[in-house]
Amino acid sequence: MISASGLRKSYNGREAVCGVDFSVAAGACAGLLGPNGAGKTTVIRMILGQSPLSGGELAVFGMAMPAAAVKVRARTGVVPQLDNLDPDFTAAENLETYARYFGIKAAEFAGRKEALLDFAALGGRGDARIETLSGGMRRRLSIARALVNDPQLIVLDEPTTGLDPQARHLIWARLRQLRQQGKTMLLTTHYMEEAERLCDEVFIMDTGRIIARGAPKELIRRTVEPHVFEVEAAAGAAAAAAETAGARVETVGDVVLAYSAAPETVAAALKTVAGADVLHRPASLEDVFLRLTGRGLRD
Amino acid sequence: MFAMFAVWRRNFLVWRRLLGPSLVLNIGEPFLILVGLGFGVGYFIGEIGGMRYLDFVASGIIASSAMFTASYEALWSVYTRMVPQRTYEALLATPLGVADIMLGEVLWCATKCTFTGACILLVVALFGSVHGPGALLALPVVFVSGVCFASMAMVVTTRARSYDFFSYYLTLFITPMFVFCGVFYPVEVLPPAAEAVAQWLPLTHAVALLRPLVVGQPLDQPLLHFAVLLAYTAASLWVALKFARRRLLV
Repeated sequence: MISASGLRKSYNGREAVCGVDFSVAAGACAGLLGPNGAGKTTVIRMILGQSPLSGGELAVFGMAMPAAAVKVRARTGVVPQLDNLDPDFTAAENLETYARYFGIKAAEFAGRKEALLDFAALGGRGDARIETLSGGMRRRLSIARALVNDPQLIVLDEPTTGLDPQARHLIWARLRQLRQQGKTMLLTTHYMEEAERLCDEVFIMDTGRIIARGAPKELIRRTVEPHVFEVEAAAGAAAAAAETAGARVETVGDVVLAYSAAPETVAAALKTVAGADVLHRPASLEDVFLRLTGRGLRD
Repeated sequence: MFAMFAVWRRNFLVWRRLLGPSLVLNIGEPFLILVGLGFGVGYFIGEIGGMRYLDFVASGIIASSAMFTASYEALWSVYTRMVPQRTYEALLATPLGVADIMLGEVLWCATKCTFTGACILLVVALFGSVHGPGALLALPVVFVSGVCFASMAMVVTTRARSYDFFSYYLTLFITPMFVFCGVFYPVEVLPPAAEAVAQWLPLTHAVALLRPLVVGQPLDQPLLHFAVLLAYTAASLWVALKFARRRLLV
């Protein structure tokens, strides 16, 4: 559905994307992960034909970009990073006018409007003005808006950033529903939990390159030890104990993270540390992400 | 083609809600200017070029208001949709392209101008300045002028980094045209050098087309005037599209 090879983008000599290769199969949900400035949004802009390529090749639905931008966008739904709903219209009018941009007349669209509002859990709120909707409602409306043209491909740029847990879980449920309907999805996210829940395959990007790829579980297995002990308080002693027990230890501020494939040994060693507050959890995609991209701040 | 009209339709639907205030603005303002200038200044001037001063100003105001309506819409409203409201970002995720958006906006600005023009024509008719139904031909000319002034403003908007930037364009270009291009007095009374400059400005040609149509005089060199307006339109649209692509497709 999407295939990129040697894809590059530079702005005034600064390389934002430096030669990435990836492909997304029809019906799959792929995730682009990476810290701020990794090049995720730039890749998405190129996929949508909103940004000319500086090099490499990119095909969407088998058509070369950006030449096929209009055709590709006709079959694609986009949920942008920041809501750009039309503040001059109500929720329902937003859907109607957006459908019109795809050449869908109001009469044709009338039957689907309510269904889309229901999908967004905004049934009965069609007449609400945009400024009266909460962040979560706007996000759901953006997702409904991305579906007006019944797209085969849905591109979501940080779909749940800034939302509360309730809103986030509802959006995850809707995205899983779309995946079951056979839609191909490409999403970017900072939330590793989101990628683990939704994506069949993830691409971890950093400074314009893809530095790791694979199914989330497989990527975790390949990159980090399966067990993690987070220790607060008594950090120095805990770090020493865990290291002696064979764990790989990282210290972040006043927290010690001990990664290990032999949890019993490490657990026993940490029990000997007085006052240590120990949390034992399985390794997650977040551990992979931090392992690969480091813990330095990206501003 | 449907694409351009989808943008036009969006703006029309929004504007329809604000019909009340825009009617007050579009009818009230020319009414006040005509009463003030037409009767006040007209008392001292009497006749100019074989017509009442009131008629002279009335027909000029139709042209200048086309300029102002198109410019304000293409500066402030377009910038609002492009930058703070990010409407174009949403449009560029649909099959619409940058050219569809720009042309749809210009078309919309000209439509709004024509509506304003019709309101003013009505006011002008109440003052007895309109000499017959031939004056309705002024409306298509207002539309063409609106396309021209909107395209020109679009060049500024697509380069603007904030609303403040528009002051340059308004003060250095629009206001001088309002004052020097024949709205309030014939350009022929200007010093020769100033008249020569005025002859190169689009408002002079919009006035030259609109005044005779409104007051019922024969048109003088209509092809020349249209050619100037179209030349400004073509050049501005070309540049504005280039700027818009550079700004929106990055």
